[in-house]
Amino acid sequence: MATLELQGLRKSFGETEVLRRIDLSLADGEMLVIVGASGCGKSTLLRLVAGLETPTEGRILLDGTDVAARDPADRDIAMVFQNYALYPHMTVFDNMAYGLRIRGLSRDAIKQRVDEAAGLLGLGELLQRKPRQLSGGQRQRVAMGRAIVREPKLFLFDEPLSNLDAKLRVQMRAEIRRLQRRLGVTSLYVTHDQVEAMTLGDRLLVLHNGHPAQLATPIEVFEHPADTYVAGFIGAPAMNFLDATLTESGQAARLAAGPVLRFADGPRPGPEGHRLTIGIRPEHLALAGEGLPLAVELVEPLGSESLIHGRLPNGVDLVVKHAGHAPNEERLHVALRPEHMHVFDHETGRRLPPKGAETGPPRLVAAGSDR
Amino acid sequence: MKRGPDYVTHAVLILGVLLFALPVWLVLAGATQDSDAISRGELSLLPDPSGLGIYARVLFAGAQGAQPVWHMLLVSTGMALAIAVGKIVISVLSAYAVVFFRFPFRQLAFWAIFITLMLPVEVRIIPTYAVMAGFGLINSFTGLWLPLIASATATLLFRQVFTAIPDELVEAARMDGAGPLRFLRDIALPVSSANVAALFVILFVYGWNQYLWPLLVATDPRLDTIVIGIVKLIGVENQTDWGAVMATATLALLPPVFVVLLMQRWFVAGLTEGEK
Repeated sequence: MATLELQGLRKSFGETEVLRRIDLSLADGEMLVIVGASGCGKSTLLRLVAGLETPTEGRILLDGTDVAARDPADRDIAMVFQNYALYPHMTVFDNMAYGLRIRGLSRDAIKQRVDEAAGLLGLGELLQRKPRQLSGGQRQRVAMGRAIVREPKLFLFDEPLSNLDAKLRVQMRAEIRRLQRRLGVTSLYVTHDQVEAMTLGDRLLVLHNGHPAQLATPIEVFEHPADTYVAGFIGAPAMNFLDATLTESGQAARLAAGPVLRFADGPRPGPEGHRLTIGIRPEHLALAGEGLPLAVELVEPLGSESLIHGRLPNGVDLVVKHAGHAPNEERLHVALRPEHMHVFDHETGRRLPPKGAETGPPRLVAAGSDR
Repeated sequence: MKRGPDYVTHAVLILGVLLFALPVWLVLAGATQDSDAISRGELSLLPDPSGLGIYARVLFAGAQGAQPVWHMLLVSTGMALAIAVGKIVISVLSAYAVVFFRFPFRQLAFWAIFITLMLPVEVRIIPTYAVMAGFGLINSFTGLWLPLIASATATLLFRQVFTAIPDELVEAARMDGAGPLRFLRDIALPVSSANVAALFVILFVYGWNQYLWPLLVATDPRLDTIVIGIVKLIGVENQTDWGAVMATATLALLPPVFVVLLMQRWFVAGLTEGEK
């Protein structure tokens, strides 16, 4: 049980800046998911907190104490690794007990804790097995068990599900979430999988090239992405982006593809002709009798829905998610629903909120989840 | 591949086995026969049961002008064990330092070890002798094994083994609070136990077969190794007691064979139990 606060955390390897100023605070018991493409610095951030790397600058406060200079073992943090990192020559029991033995716990206390964790994870039968005799999901559980028995202040998860097959991943995802809630341990979870990110986190930190692009609840990130990177990263299939300019004194956008669309939620600031990027998710596009003409290039039937890949007259690609089967036609018309439009500044890529609702840059030091 | 016995293959294999086994059999059989007959070249393929006493004689009393074989076996075993264990301890520690620690001149240290590979024992035998003489270790048991325990080959091998240990395993141990020595004892060594066993066999045999260095450093007959002993037996003018030589040679085979058999079980088990 603890709070975690990162203050101005920076890390560079030689000339390469991997993380540029991360400020972050986690409430007690909160689960924060760090998501981003590979190379965005998310694993480095986790390793800084773990103590496996030393920050170039900044402070790591665990329960208010700066632990940045401490050894990993002295931070009271447990980590679940991507490849589980189980000791191959030790039994499941010994794998879980190893850290406790080093800490000098009594034999009875160790046995009690390991048995408890094994019961929690359904590993009771497997305690005398070696890791190689276990399936991927079981190894994953042992890795979790090793973290749990330590009763740490903080859990770190480094893409723990990426080595599992799709079905097991869904199952373990729910299991991790249940367990984390039940134990109430503050957790950082790193992943590149946006479904994991959406489902697991109380809040989401989207990292982009070492920058915090957005920190908010998963739904907030999905509904109000802070910039075009976040908008394109979260959601599958990815959001469509269309070039446009501001018109009608900020009341509407003129798409490069032709039509003028009035904003549903109020005027945007900026001069006439200011360049915009309009984002719209494929599921918010509808086939209609009239609208943007779309030259169909490819239809992917997914059973209950179809993905229609097409091209607008000005050459821009567009993906439409259509419920049911797609009509077998080469030319379709697509209607944009203004209430689902995301408006971004073309230059900066940042979200452009309606006048009077400016929120400025994304809040980075948000209060914890309100539980 | 066709089924059924492949006669040609078997014939070739049996021929190969005979080729290897025959000299050993000749030694075994020859030991029991009359030495003069052997000197005349009349070596029979059949052992003479009445001559089996030669084994007990060389083992406990020793052939003429030589230590009893049991004593030479003891010296050889002690030396080979000390060399094998010493080499493993030193090379494990140095490889561990080179792989897991970041210290100034780490690469230089590694290359310095590597370069010694290019100097055979014979090249540095005179300076080594001088150093041992300086320590007053000539004609001592320590002098027999001490200079032989540094091993670039074993260091290289362990470096490869340790490099293959996944980073995540090292990090997991760090998170668990294992210090460097603890990690070496609890994780690095058990994980590479198969390599330790294999290397031990090789190094034991290497130590067992040492000839030049023991010949130089120890002139006291009480420090004669079995290899030296055999050579001494042959050296007696023209009256070589071939029966004794052959019996001694046979007995000299036993400890290395025993070590190979013992460790073979161990490191085969290690190989199959290791992670895929």
